Formats: sequence, structure tokens, C-alpha cells
Amino acid sequence: MADKHLLETVDVSEVFGGLKAVSDFNIYIDKGELIGLIGPNGAGKTTAFNLITGVYKPTTGEINFDGKSLVGLKPYEITQRGIARTFQNIRLFSELSVLDNVKIAYHCHVKYGLIETVLRMGRYFGEEKSIEDEALNLLKIFKLDDHAYEVAKNLPYGAQRRLEIARALAAKPKLLLLDEPAAGMNPQETQELMEMIRWIREQFGLTVLLIEHDMSLVMGICERIYVLEYGIIIADGTPSDIQKNPEVIRAYLGAEAIN
Amino acid sequence: MNSARKKDLVMLVFALILYGVLQTMISAKIIGSFWELNIILICVNIILSVSLNLINGYTGQFSLGHAGFMAVGAYVGVVATVKFGLPLIVALILGAIAAGILGFLIGLPTLRLRGDYLAIATLGLGEIIRIVIMNIDYVGGAAGFKGIPHLTNFTWVFFVMLMTLFFIKNFVNSSHGRACIAIRENEIAAEAMGVNTTKYKVMAFTIGAAFAGVAGGLFAHQFYLISPTSFTFLSSFNYLIMVVMGGMGSITGSIAGAFVVTFISAALASFPEARMIIYALALILMMFYRPQGLFGYMELTNVGPIKKFLNKVSGAKEVST
Repeated sequence: MADKHLLETVDVSEVFGGLKAVSDFNIYIDKGELIGLIGPNGAGKTTAFNLITGVYKPTTGEINFDGKSLVGLKPYEITQRGIARTFQNIRLFSELSVLDNVKIAYHCHVKYGLIETVLRMGRYFGEEKSIEDEALNLLKIFKLDDHAYEVAKNLPYGAQRRLEIARALAAKPKLLLLDEPAAGMNPQETQELMEMIRWIREQFGLTVLLIEHDMSLVMGICERIYVLEYGIIIADGTPSDIQKNPEVIRAYLGAEAIN
Repeated sequence: MNSARKKDLVMLVFALILYGVLQTMISAKIIGSFWELNIILICVNIILSVSLNLINGYTGQFSLGHAGFMAVGAYVGVVATVKFGLPLIVALILGAIAAGILGFLIGLPTLRLRGDYLAIATLGLGEIIRIVIMNIDYVGGAAGFKGIPHLTNFTWVFFVMLMTLFFIKNFVNSSHGRACIAIRENEIAAEAMGVNTTKYKVMAFTIGAAFAGVAGGLFAHQFYLISPTSFTFLSSFNYLIMVVMGGMGSITGSIAGAFVVTFISAALASFPEARMIIYALALILMMFYRPQGLFGYMELTNVGPIKKFLNKVSGAKEVST
């Protein structure tokens, strides 16, 4: 089981005081898939992300990634294992330049040590050069290279979203988690983002799990979709299955809509 | 040769010219002993403010215990030279190691706290260090440690300061430094980008404490006597003011802050009544009109004409560092 799927959660639940935010959460993602996680507001989608990335420790259950358990690891250790994420409410290093935002994410791939740093010997210059080149390259892909030396907080909203994805990719993940990447974007930007996500998945050999409210995006690019409601998975399947699923229609539109 | 190295070299040449000019003026008695002492104090304060800036400005961890680490370095240093007859350089290194170890031990538990709570915890720990020293008779207790040889001079403090600046500049311009800055900017995002936040907070705190220890050693060997009253929390505040005034997150800022604060208090030494009022007014005006400090996040080497000159000399392309 464990070596078949890239990511697998087994009976994961998270309890905050008396509230069961997520319960019996069972999903699996295979290598190379593009999976959507949808659900009404407050269904527990972001909680699920926080469980996978180690921000919360699951109350019960098991999360396996690449054949190893992630339960109890710190967020930075999970990033080092190969899961990177973006945030629903953008969390850039807002006072730093766009380029520095991306450079920081190469952190766990840097090999030079403290002595080499302060004496500027050995691997320091070589690695710094390659980090800079790679970071600029990533910015080019996300059409941010013109803004490389601008302060991140001065970017337009859509560009900030793109920068967050670029930064997550700089950590060289195997699995990329996108928390509402299209939030606040206009239809044109959403369309471009969709193509971008598709393209980076091919280019970087990524597996992607995304939370999104924009159904045109979710239905347009996801191969499989999980639907969460009140912390429970109520449906999963291909986009066309999900669109026809009466449970999903009930969750989104109310029981009357079915009759 | 690498352009970054060439820039360092250019800066080193400038520093040596500055050293040469000041040293000649001191030898020729153009600078009297009062101002010589203040130049030495400025250099020591630069070490303190730059190392505090690494903790407060770059890593964003509000520490108020810097005088405590300085005290450890000072006392370990004088014990090494007076009681064991070791040379100054060994005394400085031992002081740095002792302050660094203490910084590590204090940082490990307290850096779990944030913001105001961390400030109060470090304030308390700085005082604890001072009071512990006050109760050790071996180092003179509350009366202070007397009979310290005058081993420090302008040359010593200048070159130790230069080394400190070089160390901290290289640290912050690396992946390690970027990790620290990421923690300041957004701790959750830093962690999500693979930065071990606890490790880097403790690392910054330890390095900062170690350099405070070095400064303490230099300070102690300048005056023939040190006592616990030289290291109260008021001096911690003083170093914090230098950092805030210069700009949190700028090395040039810390240099400027240490210079301005030390210079103001020396220049006003003959007007003791007005001194604190002018000093306080200067700070209030500063916070009104330039709350980010003299330099904000900027470095002097990135200011238009200076940057152009450096790039021209080092043959670097137009890139920001």
C-alpha cells in the first residue's frame, strides 16, 4: 500500500476542543496526478493541508508520503521531504525583493556550511551563483523577471499569487499543495494560471493537490476531485462524476435543488 | 577574481585608509585623549550594535539582554588576563566562547517566546547574569574587578570591529542569513520553505551573544576597573537605541547608530543637565520623521553613486546584492 501511492492519509482526524474539524480523512494521490480538494467554506480543506504539512499534528490516523510516515514531523522537515505549499492568505516575505523571496526557498538544498559562509570560501560562491541563476529562471517562467528587484509587497495581487507558487517550486518539491491559487483573480488571470499549473506539472514532473473554489479551474484541470463537507469526504471521482453526484449538489445547493 | 571579493577588497582599502588617518591623528595628538577614548568606545559600540542587530533586526527576535552577554565576555576576559596571565587575543576568544555558550543555553528555552514576552525574558536573564556576577567574590563582587591591565588600544578595537563587520556581513548575505531574515518576515512561511526556525533563531542569538562577549573583553581592558554596574539593562537599552536609530536590518545603520549615539553623549558631556533632554528629543524626532531608522533596510554599499563606483571598480554587472 504505502509504496504504491505518493501520498496517502489513513483515517486522519483532527479535533479542536469539542470540534471535529476533519474526521476519517482518507485520500491517496499517485505520482504525477493533479487532484482537487473542494467543499463549502469551513469544510476543513485548509485544515487538511495543515495536517499534511505538519502545521497541525493529527489527533488520530497516519499520513504516509513516499513510503514514510509524516506524523510528528515539523513543517520544515516535511518540506525537506518534498512537500511545498502556498497559502490561502498570501504569506510572502513582503519586505524583501521578489528574487530574495525565491532564493530563501532554496535553503534546504544549500550545502555550504557556516565556516564557508563567513570566510567566503569553498562552495559559497558557486552555490550562490547557481541559486541566483535558478531563481531568475523560475521568475522568468512565472513572468516575474521584470520585477525581480522590486519589493514583494508592491507587486499586484495576481503577481503575488504567482510569486508564491514560484517560491514553493524553488524548494524543489515532489508534491505541490496549492491553497486557493486563483482566489481574487479575474477570469483572464485564472485561465492563465490554469495553463501555468498544467505546464509546471509537466515541466517539473510534479504531483499537485489544490484547494479551489473556482469551479471552472477545478473542473478544467483536475483529474480527480475529493469533496469535503463538515470534515468528512462525501464524494470522490472524476470531474464529470462529481458534477452529477447528488451528495455534492446537496452540499453546495441544498437538498431542494435535487428534487 | 570574483566581483564580490573585489568589493570586499575595496571596502578593506577604505577601512585601512580610515584607520591610517585616525591612527596618525591620535599619534600626532591632533585627537586628544578624550576623543581617542570616544573613538574606541564607538568601535566597541559598533560591535555591540551590529551583533544585536543580527538578533533584533535581521532575525526579528526582540532581545534586551545584550549587556549581560557583554558582562560575561568582560569578566571571563579579565579573569583570563589577570588571574591566568593569558594574552588579550586568547582572553577575547574565551570571552566570546563563554558568552556564546551562555547565549545558546539561554536562547534554547527563551526563543520559544515571541515579541514582548521574549523581550521581558531576555531583560530578566540579562539582570540575572549581572546579579550572579555581583555575588561572585572571586571577580570582586559588587565592588568590581580592579587592576585590569590596559591592553586595548585603537588598533585592537578597530581591527576586531572590522572582523566582526566582515563576519556578520557575510553571514547575512548567505543562505543562513536569508533564513534568519525569512523568520523576521514571516515565521510560518519560513518554516513552510524548509527553514528550521528554532535552529536559526538560536544560531543568531548565539552569534550575537558571542560578539557581545568580544566587545565586553575589549571594553574591560580599556578601563582599569569594571563593575557589575557597567552592565545594567540601561546599557542594553542603549545598544537597542543604536540599532533602532540606525535601522533594524542594516549593518551600515548599526554603524551609524553606534556612531551617532556615542558621539552625541560625548559631545554633550560638558552639558550634563541638557544632555539627556537633547538625547531624548533627538530620539522622539527620529521616531516621528524616520521610524525605520537612518538607513532602514538599506546598506551604504547599495546607495546609487557608491554602488556604481563599487561595481565599476570590481567589474560587476548591474545587480543588487
